Amino acid sequence: MSEAITQSRIPVLEMRNISKTFASTKALTNVSLTAFAGEVHALMGENGAGKSTLMKVLSGAYVADQGGTVLVEGKPIVAGDPIKAKANGISVIYQELSLAPNLTVAQNMFLGAEPSNWGVVDKAAARARAEPILKQLGINFGPSQLVATLSLGERQMVEIARALTTNAKIIVMDEPTTSLTSRETDRLFEVIAGLKARGIAIIYISHRMEEIYALADRVSVLRDSAYVGTLERAELSAEKLVSMMVGRDLSSFYKKEHGAPHQAARTVMSVRDMADGYRVHGCSFDAKAGEVLGIAGLVGSGRTELARLVFGADRKMSGSVTLEGRELAIAGPRDAMDAGIAYLTEDRKGLGLFLDMTINENINIGIIGRDASRGGILNFVAAKERATRAIKSLSIRTPSASINVGALSGGNQQKALIARLLETKPKVIILDEPTRGVDVGAKSEIYRIIDELAGSGIAVVVISSDLPEIIGIADRVLVMREGRIAGEVLASSDQPISQEAIMAFSTGSASKVA
Amino acid sequence: MTSTSTDQTNVSKAKFRSTLTALGMLPVLVILAIGFHLLSGRFLSVNNLSIVTQQASINTVLAAGMTFVILTGGIDLSVGSILAASAMVGVIVSLWPDIGMLGIPAAIGVGLACGVINGVIISFLKLPPFIVTLGSLTAMRGIARLLGNDTTVFNADLPFDFIGNGSLFGIPWLAIIALATIVISWFILKRTVLGTWIYAVGGNAEAARLTGIKVPLVLLFVYSMSGLLAGVGGVMSAARLYAANGLQLGQSYELDAIAAVILGGTSFVGGVGSIWGTLIGALIIAVLSNGLILVGVSDIWQYIIKGLVIIVAVALDRYRLKGLSRT
Repeated sequence: MSEAITQSRIPVLEMRNISKTFASTKALTNVSLTAFAGEVHALMGENGAGKSTLMKVLSGAYVADQGGTVLVEGKPIVAGDPIKAKANGISVIYQELSLAPNLTVAQNMFLGAEPSNWGVVDKAAARARAEPILKQLGINFGPSQLVATLSLGERQMVEIARALTTNAKIIVMDEPTTSLTSRETDRLFEVIAGLKARGIAIIYISHRMEEIYALADRVSVLRDSAYVGTLERAELSAEKLVSMMVGRDLSSFYKKEHGAPHQAARTVMSVRDMADGYRVHGCSFDAKAGEVLGIAGLVGSGRTELARLVFGADRKMSGSVTLEGRELAIAGPRDAMDAGIAYLTEDRKGLGLFLDMTINENINIGIIGRDASRGGILNFVAAKERATRAIKSLSIRTPSASINVGALSGGNQQKALIARLLETKPKVIILDEPTRGVDVGAKSEIYRIIDELAGSGIAVVVISSDLPEIIGIADRVLVMREGRIAGEVLASSDQPISQEAIMAFSTGSASKVA
Repeated sequence: MTSTSTDQTNVSKAKFRSTLTALGMLPVLVILAIGFHLLSGRFLSVNNLSIVTQQASINTVLAAGMTFVILTGGIDLSVGSILAASAMVGVIVSLWPDIGMLGIPAAIGVGLACGVINGVIISFLKLPPFIVTLGSLTAMRGIARLLGNDTTVFNADLPFDFIGNGSLFGIPWLAIIALATIVISWFILKRTVLGTWIYAVGGNAEAARLTGIKVPLVLLFVYSMSGLLAGVGGVMSAARLYAANGLQLGQSYELDAIAAVILGGTSFVGGVGSIWGTLIGALIIAVLSNGLILVGVSDIWQYIIKGLVIIVAVALDRYRLKGLSRT
């Protein structure tokens, strides 16, 4: 789009006419991408748009179809060879970090390329080579520290340090901030600025608009396996990017209709003095019928831990849960579910789905003990009907209920998991980061589902780190800080919930009730 | 990468894959059988096939139990020792006048009790299955020897000897029991709630817990089932031999059972696998043992060849499935 800049420099990376076909499916159609030394090139697109496939072609994990070429500094590189790709200066940091937690930082940095003499690892050399790299990144842990003792943000730094040991010219980062705290994110951004200054090209995949604004020199967008366009930093606007990604505009996103305040509504669930003696300290709150209650707070403030205590997933030290006036004795998730509390985990692949099982089984598994079976023998007809109905009502995009849930995109997996919870007919549903790792299209559908649930009289509790999201969908927001509920922010009829108020509570710059 | 068309290919691919996983080793079995027939000239005779099925039967029963356990991501090393102890109890009880038939429930009861103990320790004390069942492998071997004062117990008039040597409509009882075990296991795994839970626990134990599945009870069931089937195996052994020996009986049977399950395509980490694969795996092992004897291969070489075939067969299987699953 901007010829002037493009011509003035030599691209460090050029991907030309990359197509990739799997069996009968085109995962990429003639995509081209150019990156210059010292730029952050953001790559955006809905899940399934082809970003990951493109990056796998780059890293050598996939071989592109005939006719596509990848050039590094103007020289074509051998396709489909991860080792050669690395030698050519291409380094990919995946969302799921690939470190061995039982090894030290230095061991991880040189994994597979250990400095050695006749097969004996030269630890001193490894340390000596690791130290300056860690110092450049401004890292405050040493090369001999075990990776298991590091936070996620620190582990990411180790991944970057590892890329630097191979003299990377191009570093791909796939949603690097997904599990970072805001402080770690700031730190990452500083490091990225440092890498830029050293002339490294960074291809940055993200769904988060504010990160794109903060970092990107250029943004390329993929949609439906094809290249849509590239915007220069000066041309960036959220509306433009979103319409490039989905072909729709932003206003349809948060379609919450703020009705009457829910003060008068009936309290469905009361949680009192919930504590685990560790990360949650004396939390009390009420959830009301038909309201969407948001729980905000920084990562690590105890939101997930509180939800898991309420659901009985972890052992509580003290506290009570009262549902419709009756105090519950919750010894485990089964008791909570039977009482009418459902919990959507923040980690859908690790703690939610059975990836080797079908969509049908995943939707029915919470209730097959009772509803979908007769005397312990599976009732396939009932289960199938139920799954088919859920697929339709939550618009899960799949050709059939009998394919493995692992084959679905993130958004559809999330909807399948929500479908499982809804089959338990909950009175209270706690959704922990319901739109994490989900593309924009699926996001707005999940918001619609949340609205409908609240509309049907269910008390919906939404935990989210995404402030615009929580402001858009919640009637009332509790803010957690250091294991306690630091404050409550309400929406009034003339004024929406303010982002500033939430931030003030979560950082501790304001105290109690706004 | 998901669009509607990828889903479409995923469906057919998933179906193709599950068919292949189920059929998995069937071609290997067929090739081995034909090969041995060509080499020996008498492998595929009715008489010999009847012998092969009888030889496969006890391992099939143990391997069925092992399938339950491995599907949850566990392992049961104690089945050979449990089989020995059960057989000892079965033969000793069968010597009681008039009520010798009680040897059957007694033997099965011993197996079940051992399985329950394994299961309780693993599921409620949360100890690793490998360690727990390694312990019971040793302890149960000692108990089996203790039961007969370290001698062989005989009963020439074993009241349930038809199980080991008789047949129904020309089909050996051993084979009928083995097949019945497979069918019942299939029913539990694929047609009941419990079966779905077993796959779920093996696929993702923490997700299963958060879904309200009582994971410890599922684990208790699979180890109990494995113990119970080891008890059934004990009855079958005793009935075949009219005797039991605490020291020798069932030695390293657990390894044959595990080999059958793995040959059958069940994932060692749990969550994926089928009981029909296990049946084929058990048949392959029996065909190998029988065929190598017919061809005249020495005992020592039989071990080496069996070991290699297991590794090569599984390697081929993994390689082929990997090629298919690459997306």
